[in-house]
Amino acid sequence: MTHSKGASRTLSVASLARVEGEGSMHVVVRDGIVRDVELRIFEPPRFFEAFLRGRSYTELPDITARICGICPVAYQMSACQAIENACGVRIDDQVRALRRMLYCGEWIESHTLHIYLLHAPDFLGYESAIDLARDHRDIVERGLKLKKVGNDILNVLGGRAIHPVNVRVGGFYKAPPVAELRALTERLSWARDAAIATARWVAGFEFPDVTLQGDLVALRNDREYPILEGRIASTSGLDIAVADFPDHFTEEHVAHSTALQGHARSGDPYTLGPLARYNLNFDVLPPLVKQVAADVGVAGSCRNPFQSIIVRALEVVFACDEALRIIAGYEPPGKPHAEIPARSGTGHGCTEAPRGSLYHRYTIDSDGIIRDAVIVPPTSQNQPSIERSLRQFVQDRLHLEDGELTRQCEQAIRNYDPCISCATHFLDLTVDRG
Amino acid sequence: MSTAKKPTLAVWKFSSCDGCQLTLLDCEDELLAVVGQVEIAYFLEASRATLSGPYDLSIVEGSITTAGDIERIREVRRLSGHVVSIGACATAGGIQALRNFADVQEFISIVYAHPQYIRTLEHSTPPSAHIDVDFELHGCPIDKRQLLEVITAFLRGRRPQIASHSVCVECKRRGTVCVMVSKGTPCLGPVTHAGCGAICPAYDRGCYGCFGPADTTNIPAFVNALGRAGMSGFDLVRVFRTFNADTPAFREASTNAELAALNA
Repeated sequence: MTHSKGASRTLSVASLARVEGEGSMHVVVRDGIVRDVELRIFEPPRFFEAFLRGRSYTELPDITARICGICPVAYQMSACQAIENACGVRIDDQVRALRRMLYCGEWIESHTLHIYLLHAPDFLGYESAIDLARDHRDIVERGLKLKKVGNDILNVLGGRAIHPVNVRVGGFYKAPPVAELRALTERLSWARDAAIATARWVAGFEFPDVTLQGDLVALRNDREYPILEGRIASTSGLDIAVADFPDHFTEEHVAHSTALQGHARSGDPYTLGPLARYNLNFDVLPPLVKQVAADVGVAGSCRNPFQSIIVRALEVVFACDEALRIIAGYEPPGKPHAEIPARSGTGHGCTEAPRGSLYHRYTIDSDGIIRDAVIVPPTSQNQPSIERSLRQFVQDRLHLEDGELTRQCEQAIRNYDPCISCATHFLDLTVDRG
Repeated sequence: MSTAKKPTLAVWKFSSCDGCQLTLLDCEDELLAVVGQVEIAYFLEASRATLSGPYDLSIVEGSITTAGDIERIREVRRLSGHVVSIGACATAGGIQALRNFADVQEFISIVYAHPQYIRTLEHSTPPSAHIDVDFELHGCPIDKRQLLEVITAFLRGRRPQIASHSVCVECKRRGTVCVMVSKGTPCLGPVTHAGCGAICPAYDRGCYGCFGPADTTNIPAFVNALGRAGMSGFDLVRVFRTFNADTPAFREASTNAELAALNA
């Protein structure tokens, strides 16, 4: 939709397609200058942080999963970690490995969904993967098969792909027998090759020359590519414990969004997600992933948000490789879960959801009843950064007519894989050219 | 591809987690076959191309939580030959219907710094509270085999074959030993609608009621059984107050349990 009068222009995408959830975008242009960009999030509030008060700490994995059907494991893991932190319990290495593998399944499923079904059609000029399949059925079939391998991991370890049932505070209800995990090896080996082919395929797309400004924030530990643990690090040198998150980051409630927006206490927007993880942790990726990264020309670092599709593909290569490594070393744990006796206190959890760091904080009483809950999803933290990057992006493209400008803006927003269901727990574009 | 006009399918989202419409995209083996049989006319999560109605079949995910939602669901009904609600949000109001047991203004003030920016209804309700719905498919999330059956049935002009018995029957079929009888684990299976395939007991835990109440239940007798399994007080309230909390059977169960807990 376009409204034009005189020297000003309004561009409006009323309902963003191929994103998870509902939002829109509104751009205001006056005298050839972009004055304002708002990512409007309309997803109606669901009030998780309110109704979690009074619930039992053991219910968190089942309830918080329902924040997002695309990344339920991320919510389960950050919630479990926060409670285990509050109760002062350490999880043994085999249970930890199973959690990491379950999370790999979610990365494979979610990233492949985004690469093939949501994002690639933009680069190739199709309205959807369904249209893409009319001309390139083999490619879409490869994507669907790869996505399914991620879901296979979730099914075996979690019981089902969406809202897995096997996760509990302390670990799992049931640890899979060795044979059930080994049965995934052949499919995962295929998937790793398919992910490498995916990286080569998407690296051949045309990318506008855009550089993501500002701080990139992700977990980092010096041992391995971060999924479940680490300190919170940034490209400008931040290095803090997860428990210090509230001292450095804050949420703000703005009129145009039912998702609270994340800011650094300094007021600067920051970006989470695959690009942040990749730039901060390239050194600890396995040699295979580094080699593929070199082959496709993004070794070491990547700050072009349009190339996030390549980095997602590299993270799928990594997730397949990591799941294979875990299967090869798997011995069932003595007990599938640690006992977590309730004690009063506050705990923090932060894990790497497909879209970026997901922070949870809970205060529980001595009976394990939740007294306070804070959940900060990645999309709400990325929202200010998306708005800032769009401002320059639109400024550089004001010569385009509204239809093409809208299409390119939608693509630029999809670079961040926004999950609006999460963030409120998207896009209708309006460009107001005055 | 045939040039004959294919039936049109629309997928609508209201307040939800997106998981039930994702279930359609999770049909990796069947997706391309399904889109060969139907014209995807409106499915924003999958395509930016949209066709204006009318639509032969509309699938609705999510619950009604704003005044705008009420207008939109009426429009969906007006434009659609058949309307099928999918998932706990669209059949029972979902987890966000926990506000129906509380004061929504208090909920808003807990989450948001500026309550004046927030427009929401006091209650979260399923589409069937506002329009006639042709079929309701339960689950949090729905089961993909059942979703394919429902789509197929409507395309063929027949009623979907969806079992209405309890999860217990699915456990027997799966050969899972009853966790409530053998281990004393509290399990909602006896009062919960079948459909998931009885996953939880196969993973050594009790059913937690994702698919909502079965068509015929004896809740008072079942609450006694939960008591014998060691569940009491507010745990009995919470176990019925999750994703299908505002269904008549579960609402009555949690309300009675709450009265008992408050008087204990």
